[in-house]
Amino acid sequence: MDKKVLMKGTDAIGEAAIRAGCTCYFGYPITPQNEIPEYMSRRMEQVGGVFLQGESEIASINMVLGAAATGMRAMTSSSSPGISLKQEGLSFLAALELPAVIVNINRGGPGLGNIAPSQGDYYQATRGGGHGDYRMPVIAPASVQELYDLTMHSFDIADLYRTPVMILGDGMMGQIMEPIYLHDRPEVELPPKDYILDGAEGRPSRIVKSLILDPAEMEEHNWKLKRKYDLLTSRIPQWEEYLTDDAKLTIIAYGTAARIAKGAVNRVRSEGLKVGLIRPITLWPFPDEAIRNAAKKTKLFLAFEMSTGQMVDDVRLALEGSVPCEFYGRPGGIVPAPQEIARIIERFWLQREL
Amino acid sequence: MKPVYVRPKSLKPTPFHYCPGCGHSIVHRLVCELIDEMDMRGKIICVPPAGCAVLAYNYFDIDVCESAHGRGCAIATGFKRARPDKIIFTYQGDGDMAAIGTAETLHAANRGERITSIFINNAVYGMTGGQMAPTTMLGQKTSTSPYGRRSEIEGYPLKITDLIATLPGAAYVTRTSLANPAKIRETKKSIKKAFEVQIAGLGYSLVEVLSPCPTNWKVTPKESFAYLENIMEKEYPIGVMKDITTQKG
Repeated sequence: MDKKVLMKGTDAIGEAAIRAGCTCYFGYPITPQNEIPEYMSRRMEQVGGVFLQGESEIASINMVLGAAATGMRAMTSSSSPGISLKQEGLSFLAALELPAVIVNINRGGPGLGNIAPSQGDYYQATRGGGHGDYRMPVIAPASVQELYDLTMHSFDIADLYRTPVMILGDGMMGQIMEPIYLHDRPEVELPPKDYILDGAEGRPSRIVKSLILDPAEMEEHNWKLKRKYDLLTSRIPQWEEYLTDDAKLTIIAYGTAARIAKGAVNRVRSEGLKVGLIRPITLWPFPDEAIRNAAKKTKLFLAFEMSTGQMVDDVRLALEGSVPCEFYGRPGGIVPAPQEIARIIERFWLQREL
Repeated sequence: MKPVYVRPKSLKPTPFHYCPGCGHSIVHRLVCELIDEMDMRGKIICVPPAGCAVLAYNYFDIDVCESAHGRGCAIATGFKRARPDKIIFTYQGDGDMAAIGTAETLHAANRGERITSIFINNAVYGMTGGQMAPTTMLGQKTSTSPYGRRSEIEGYPLKITDLIATLPGAAYVTRTSLANPAKIRETKKSIKKAFEVQIAGLGYSLVEVLSPCPTNWKVTPKESFAYLENIMEKEYPIGVMKDITTQKG
């Protein structure tokens, strides 16, 4: 058994990346995720990898692009305003089908906002904040152990499907310290990287490009990407269910909000209310199946987010009107206590006469 | 019989799409001749721009990675840091290099990235149809400076090569011209030197090439060479601005 170590969320991301074989990190400082580049600047030196502080988020994501095109595992991290600047690069990575891992430690917004935990970037993350017809896997850990495990997993998804993958955390996830196991990298059979650019020695030259001027060819490229996204949608959705078997009311929440919701579920359960929790771990693809299965048993859904309501759209899309879904949110960096969510649950329980 | 003029092996047998009189075709050929002569094909990677030369990969028979507009030097940095054993060069236009990509360019140069930039300056945005470039000269008419560039409205032509020459990370910085065959030969020598500086690991190397764009200058190809020599070279004097291999101390 591995030894348990106490680790901060941001450091767990960095250590997982290193142990997943990431050899190139490029980033630009922004709070509340500065501990990631700081950690990487120390660790990359120790393992003989590349750490470089770019002159901007735009430069950093493009450095990731270049490194990814050589076949190296590459990553960057940032927080909300910085992630906006990386959107150009994300669109190109998706178009060029280059693997990379991008961490967003979501802070309050819009604009400069604040540096408190928020989930206001859900739309940007899951709808592809960059231009063009693409999707990007988005993974939302809810503990330091998950930050570690899912960072490793993200590199495998990126390589398996040749796609950028986003880890969507929030200020709370990045800052908390928890005891975790530093597992070894899981053994995953990965496809050969036959696309990399390393000089055309003894082989025909290769082109990594997304400019496709012929609309018929561009359409075919779009459909090719779509087939990949369909594959991802059928294969990678991940979620956690907590006390859902007999739940009349099911909360849907991810990341930090899900931890708060779990506390609220425990509270109302002690009062006899049959309430459960579904925690989406992949935000794209969204775990529609889990929602639809729960809809067969539960009478009311309650989406809880640290935003004014974004993920709730995906819950309602999955439900297709079959069961109602209420919403409760605290945007702007407010992190409510479980008691507050428990009161909200009780209110809806009574209003809906569950 | 010894052939005196052949197509370089690194240049695909594809007819250039560039306009008649355009300088890109000339510089493409020079680069490919050097890739052959310096035996670089197996270890060189090109990062072309967004702009007319985005299609460079249709002609260069080497590994090529497209870039978003202006990001060439950042992508090239990623390549070089990940694979320091490879030879990386960006091929960029004036808008790419000196407007949207100014930050990426200056910082790559200042870090002394062991990469080479070939910067084609024709003082106009070519691919988008002749709009004002950062290097458009005062008084020069373009489709977005129809009354001629005025310093009080559009500011001054940006001499990014001069700026880069002041940076300690830059090892070799020069400006050349395609105005006549002698200057074209000089351009080839400069690009060769730039690659040599990179291979020797001395720092960032940059060759700015003043290049004709008769289509958007609205002159004939023949007139464009006179324009290059008599007008552009006055604003942008050619010559080596920095060469640490010849500096003492």
